[in-house]
Amino acid sequence: MTTTPVDAFEQSLADLPVRIRRTATDDLDETLEACLDPPTIGVALPFDDISLADYPITLNPTGEELLAASTGVTAGGPAIAEYGSIVVTSRFDGTEHTSLYPDKHVIVLAASDIVPTLANAISELEEAIDDGLTSAVITTGPSATADMGAPVYGAHGPEEVDVIILTDR
Amino acid sequence: MTDQPNQLTRREKTAKIRHLLETEGETVHETVTPFNEGRYRRYAEMDDLEEYRAEARRIQKDAIDRLPELIEQVRDTVTENGGSVYLAEDAADARRHVTEIAESKGAERVVKAKSMTTEEIELNDALEAADLDVWETDLAEFVLQIAEEEPSHIASPAIHKSREEIAALFNAHFDLDEPLQTPEELTSFAREYLLDRITTADIGVSGANFIAADTGTLALITNEGNARKCLVTPDTHVAVAGVEKLIPTIADLPPFLNLIGPAGAGQDITAYVSLFRPPVDSPVADFSEPNEPAFDVGNSDRSFHLVLVDNGRMAMREDEALRETLYCIRCGACANSCANFQQVGGHAFGGETYSGGIATGWEAGVHGEESAAEFNDLCTGCSRCVDACPVNIDIPWINTVVRDRINHGADTSAFDHLVDGLTPDDEPTGIDRSKRLFGNFETLAKWGSRTAPLSNTIADVSVLRSALDRVAGVERERELPRFQRETFRAWFEARDAVEPSDTVREAVLYPDVYTNHVQVDRGKAAVRVLEALDVDVTVPDVPSSGRAPLSQGMIDTASSHARGVHAALAPDIGDGRDVVVIEPSDLAMFQGEYERLLPGDAHEPLAENSYELLEYVFGLLENGAETSALCGPDDRIAARGDIGTEIAYHSHCQQRTLGLEGHTVAVLERAGYDVVTSDVECCGMAGSFGYKSEYYDLSMAVGDVLREQFTEPETEDRTVVASGTSCLDQLDSLLERPSRHPIQVLDPGR
Ligand code: SF4
Repeated sequence: MTTTPVDAFEQSLADLPVRIRRTATDDLDETLEACLDPPTIGVALPFDDISLADYPITLNPTGEELLAASTGVTAGGPAIAEYGSIVVTSRFDGTEHTSLYPDKHVIVLAASDIVPTLANAISELEEAIDDGLTSAVITTGPSATADMGAPVYGAHGPEEVDVIILTDR
Repeated sequence: MTDQPNQLTRREKTAKIRHLLETEGETVHETVTPFNEGRYRRYAEMDDLEEYRAEARRIQKDAIDRLPELIEQVRDTVTENGGSVYLAEDAADARRHVTEIAESKGAERVVKAKSMTTEEIELNDALEAADLDVWETDLAEFVLQIAEEEPSHIASPAIHKSREEIAALFNAHFDLDEPLQTPEELTSFAREYLLDRITTADIGVSGANFIAADTGTLALITNEGNARKCLVTPDTHVAVAGVEKLIPTIADLPPFLNLIGPAGAGQDITAYVSLFRPPVDSPVADFSEPNEPAFDVGNSDRSFHLVLVDNGRMAMREDEALRETLYCIRCGACANSCANFQQVGGHAFGGETYSGGIATGWEAGVHGEESAAEFNDLCTGCSRCVDACPVNIDIPWINTVVRDRINHGADTSAFDHLVDGLTPDDEPTGIDRSKRLFGNFETLAKWGSRTAPLSNTIADVSVLRSALDRVAGVERERELPRFQRETFRAWFEARDAVEPSDTVREAVLYPDVYTNHVQVDRGKAAVRVLEALDVDVTVPDVPSSGRAPLSQGMIDTASSHARGVHAALAPDIGDGRDVVVIEPSDLAMFQGEYERLLPGDAHEPLAENSYELLEYVFGLLENGAETSALCGPDDRIAARGDIGTEIAYHSHCQQRTLGLEGHTVAVLERAGYDVVTSDVECCGMAGSFGYKSEYYDLSMAVGDVLREQFTEPETEDRTVVASGTSCLDQLDSLLERPSRHPIQVLDPGR
């Protein structure tokens, strides 16, 4: 049996508290709504035909909404099968804040964006940076610390990470 | 800058180490050991580990070779991106520059991500003196800021703080009505407290793990996510980084990112690796009008300042011995893998800023040799960090060279009557007496055998012991080596040799100074085993390897030993004789340090033709020798001694670094023994280290871990064997039952 990139990605995250949901674009509504702990903020996804405005998600939050949000929804990719990591790129849209301030980060990822290795992802990033990208983070699981005497999730960033893999994208 | 404290006296050192063992030792040990075990586990899983390490080292070497060029390149790329670059000559220059940036912005509050380089330049003090409100956001740094303490580890700065201590600290400092208790409560309190500071900060200050010169891209590695939060929330980002953080391109990042999580704590990869090409496009979040959109989307008015810190680094680059220090990626693995560090942490095993094995290089380079002199002796040269370091830095060698320099810089006006007669070395007279005494062990041993048993009686006279302690720092509690009147070589020459009937190999059995004068029985056993396996054995007169002086930082003396050994063994090797070595630390010299101590390729023949004793026996068995020639457990009824079928084996630190532990285990198992091994990094004795009075407590604390492993129900009845002399000495003081070299178990003549 050959392992698909999606399987490999999922296996790499086996030891981390990350919930992975696979879905076809048509079934996204149900999957996405299951992930949201309101209030939710988000930034527009780069996928045709999917608009977060159709969901109970605040797209351009006020300062107060940003601080109060429990869930932040962003896109991600490329993702790295060997580590279960996802690259989250930020442009002019507040992706960093949306992915860091709320307790839960929901990442929407196209299955075709999963690459085998970290080196593959870095070479994609290298091109994007050459083309003007100024900020990206390779995230693997939730924010973590061991500085308070034991491992704890949710240090300065999200305590929970949900990944939605769009199987037909 | 703080003033250099005067060097501690031996008594003050003893007291300081004892105090840290009592106050911080336990927490340090509990925190660091899992990091170390994690690294072993993860390294073992990584198929490409050695490729990554070699590649990472190649990139670092290339980057440091081309450093001036990379500095110019990053100046251009960062300026083109819209940021500024400043090359700060020293700490004061860097502090002044950052303070000026803050003042020109009219800033009031600064939030910081973890940066050891800002610790090195003592940036916080300078910013606070300029009336800025400064907050560390890395949770460990935050704890230290509240506690007003110094980092105790370069990667995890608060390893000496337990949860209970942190809870007590927070509850008292913040005067909380509902006391915090659990790690979750502490974390969430700190998160909220710091969030208020981050959202109202004017400047975010970070370090950088790597800076790709090609695009001016910074890589920042965290688990908490605080770096990104600090840097994208305020509109001004100041990154303070040593010049050595430059790498040529983004494409050079993968090996480092693949290694740093595993090396540091056994993580596959850290939770966050941020790449910034600042100033970034992200909108500045505005919390001042809570009901207005937080982001002025599409409009990012940000500034970025890169402060590259020299502070001695360009001089380190010109210094053959310190140069490799600049390859360090500050993962902390050398600290985690160090048996001494595991017991005392960075407050003893560290200088002004840096701690652990590599700290000697950093401190000597950025703060000066005096700072390194405080703790440099805590590196015993056990070499366990060498396999741990993701960029293959020869950390023990850096420690040795700095020790040698400290020796040479020592006060040469002191005249050492007592030690001089016994120490015919090539070193300056001002060098520490204890170092000279231990460094000249060979002379001492010759005298000891010549005058035995008188020399041993002297060793028992308590007035003499207390004089030896006072003058040369030899711990009274330690039993001194028992010199044998008949040396191993004398026995070998006097005996009636039986020529092996069918010689399969010819070998020199190297008569190291311990085997020759003290552990004579293991030499005899080695001869009997080798001859039983049809090896033609000779035991020529060869000087000691130079390990003893080298470990005291006496490089010139060690070099002259190396030349002597080379001259004595070269003809035998030329005649096709193998060199079999009993003492692992001597083999490590032949295969390691001799490359540095002998000219050109002179070290090669010995390196290639020398074998650890049990490695050699293993090779003979592999090539058809009969296991039945060895004494197995079934022969034990006839055999003398109390050796059982079940063995507890403690290998030797340098033997493990050479990858030779397994051979001993395999030979014992083939001979029919059941073997369990210890998994401590070091027994704690480490040559002469445990004999020194100021380190005795630490040595015993390290040894205690081994004692526990060998007194558990599973191991308490097992026969104890160990490969190294100093390990055997240490085991003698740790355990009530005797210990011996594995060859004595296998000895058909026992
Ligand atoms: S010397 Fe090597 S092991 Fe030690 S901190 Fe630096 S990179 Fe890590």
